[in-house]
Amino acid sequence: MARSISYREAINEALAQEMERDPRVVVFGEDNVGGTGAPGDMDAWGGVLGVTKGLYGKFPGRVLDTPISESAFIGAAIGAATGGLRPVAELMFIDFMGVCFDQIFNQAAKFRYMFGGKAVTPVVIRTMWGAGLRAAAQHSQSLLSVFTHIPGLKVAAPSNPYDAKGLLIASIRDDDPVIFAEHKMLYDTTGEVPEESYVIPFGEANIVRDGGDVTIVAIGRMVGTATEAATELAAAGIEAEVIDPRTTSPLDLDTILESVENTGRLVVVDESNPRCSMASDIGASVAQEAFGALRAPIQLVTGPHTPVPFADSLEDLFIPDAQKVIGAVKTAVDWKK
Amino acid sequence: MADDRIQRVTMPKWGLSMKTGKIIEWFVGEGDLVGKGDDLADIETEKIAGTLESPLAGPLRRIVAEPGVDLPVGATLAVVAPAEVPDDEIEAVVAEARAQLESGELGGEEEVAPSRVEIDGRSISYLTLGEAVDGGGADDPVVLVHGFGGDKNSWLFVQQPLSETHLVHALDLPGHGQSGKDVGDGSLDTLAAVVLGLLDEVGARRAHLVGHSLGGAVVAAVAAAAPDRVASLTLLAPAGFGSAADAEYLRGFAAASSRRELKPLLGRLFADESQVTRQLVDDLLKYKRLDGVADALHTLLGTLLVGDRQAIELPALLGKVAGVPVTVVWGEEDRILPLPDGVELARVKAGHMLHMEAANEVLRHIRATVD
Repeated sequence: MARSISYREAINEALAQEMERDPRVVVFGEDNVGGTGAPGDMDAWGGVLGVTKGLYGKFPGRVLDTPISESAFIGAAIGAATGGLRPVAELMFIDFMGVCFDQIFNQAAKFRYMFGGKAVTPVVIRTMWGAGLRAAAQHSQSLLSVFTHIPGLKVAAPSNPYDAKGLLIASIRDDDPVIFAEHKMLYDTTGEVPEESYVIPFGEANIVRDGGDVTIVAIGRMVGTATEAATELAAAGIEAEVIDPRTTSPLDLDTILESVENTGRLVVVDESNPRCSMASDIGASVAQEAFGALRAPIQLVTGPHTPVPFADSLEDLFIPDAQKVIGAVKTAVDWKK
Repeated sequence: MADDRIQRVTMPKWGLSMKTGKIIEWFVGEGDLVGKGDDLADIETEKIAGTLESPLAGPLRRIVAEPGVDLPVGATLAVVAPAEVPDDEIEAVVAEARAQLESGELGGEEEVAPSRVEIDGRSISYLTLGEAVDGGGADDPVVLVHGFGGDKNSWLFVQQPLSETHLVHALDLPGHGQSGKDVGDGSLDTLAAVVLGLLDEVGARRAHLVGHSLGGAVVAAVAAAAPDRVASLTLLAPAGFGSAADAEYLRGFAAASSRRELKPLLGRLFADESQVTRQLVDDLLKYKRLDGVADALHTLLGTLLVGDRQAIELPALLGKVAGVPVTVVWGEEDRILPLPDGVELARVKAGHMLHMEAANEVLRHIRATVD
């Protein structure tokens, strides 16, 4: 039955249930135990933000600490996946992915294609993304579009605990490599999550809120921001439909198009840098597929083309907030040709 | 406390998850004389809309709740009082109701949680509302059994009002809701054994059984197996009368895994397709995504269908239950199991989900049977 748990607990529960169900599932990364050899989880951190806490005690030998060498352990995870395990590797911050691009882009993403479907790579790379933690430019990026760009990778970015559990279970059971992007500002958010295991299919958007005046597509933490904006807009008589794609690859463009065909207006909210972002990608696809339905220019609400600043005041300015979303919606709704 | 001749009509709680509702439209005005059971207003919840019937009789002195405003369960909607109660006393009650609303104390009432029991090795979830009434045979509880792909929450408009006068249990059949997802062979006998097991669990020697669709066939199978345990049967659009069925719906429902596949199918369940809200679709998708549900529904399809025809023969089951009163109610716009020929039944204005779409009429038929 459903009870309210946090995003962090939902991810932990998904890992525990899949490890219980399938002995091939192994978990490793930097400080994933955090106290290897300690009795139970006494001294175990369970990863830098405690997401894997408690798993070591339940599954000794299947939760491993790795050296601080992302290129090595991501390569090991991909190799283990081709060898028959179903590894879930934690790469602490998505910002560190650069040192293992070859393993991800040129190896994991290509195996199934280049071996004519005879090889599968069921690896999940869990990683934290997004700004807001006062963690500065090297720990705050939103690099989803980089991975979405590569055929052969799947990319999930859950916005709530229910989706986090169902998408992680789907990722672990999937035979393709998955980048599972956890927004670091959502770990303590709570929501209803069934105790049982369940799978949310990739490529199915969630319609968070119904509305007929404007379509707002938002990803990750921005789903909450868009919903907050929609509530305020409703008070002003503007009903926004809020769509959370949940996975950026594959992307449920059909649900977005159906909504835009109804509303005639699109606002995409993405906290990443604007160039070559999910916002520009979704905007371009809608312009191409549903141009005739549009009654106003597509509005993109993103961060600026700068690194994420360390100063609190500047970081707050970087991240789109509800007022920026409301401004974009009003621009679209008030548009006159 | 104000004059006890002043009574309040409050926001009902339709289903476990209902926290708030809003009036769509009032059918009565201030000064009207309302009778018990009169339609007062249409109320929309996040799941579905329903009609509120008056639980009270008397002059409607004040309407407190304006249409379109979200109000918590228990909020005062209107005030009923005899004409001789002075206006200022009515005003005092209205002011008190507004203060109660502003205080935010409403909506925090304790949740009624479902219970869980092991029956034949299966984990079964059920919700109990109401209290046993002593004497006169009226102490037999009522058990509500949902249909294929449904769950105990589908009785949201029925269980709560019925619980005011009866002890009412609603269970999730195996493979459904919060019960375990193992349905075994999925046969009517297997499902009926679960209902009998629940009667044992709740200490009911006998019970009034109400079943919808597949659940109608299940309760008939219970009565056939143990007629002395069944005080009455109320069958709502039960499976097994005649052989026609919308097999495409049944197979499509079992197979659907996305909103785009599921939503158009769900429209066929109702006479008024606008009853299919986003929340209803989301809730069903959440159910269908659970491990084991796809297999359970697939197995149960084998109980329901042979080819494109119904596999269950209800008259054969009912032939074994002489002495148990049987009431059959059907939605006249049912597109899943069309109205059968040659069966004595009561018609209501609804589709297949008659206990949601014409809940108050269905409730009257249930009351007439169990009282």
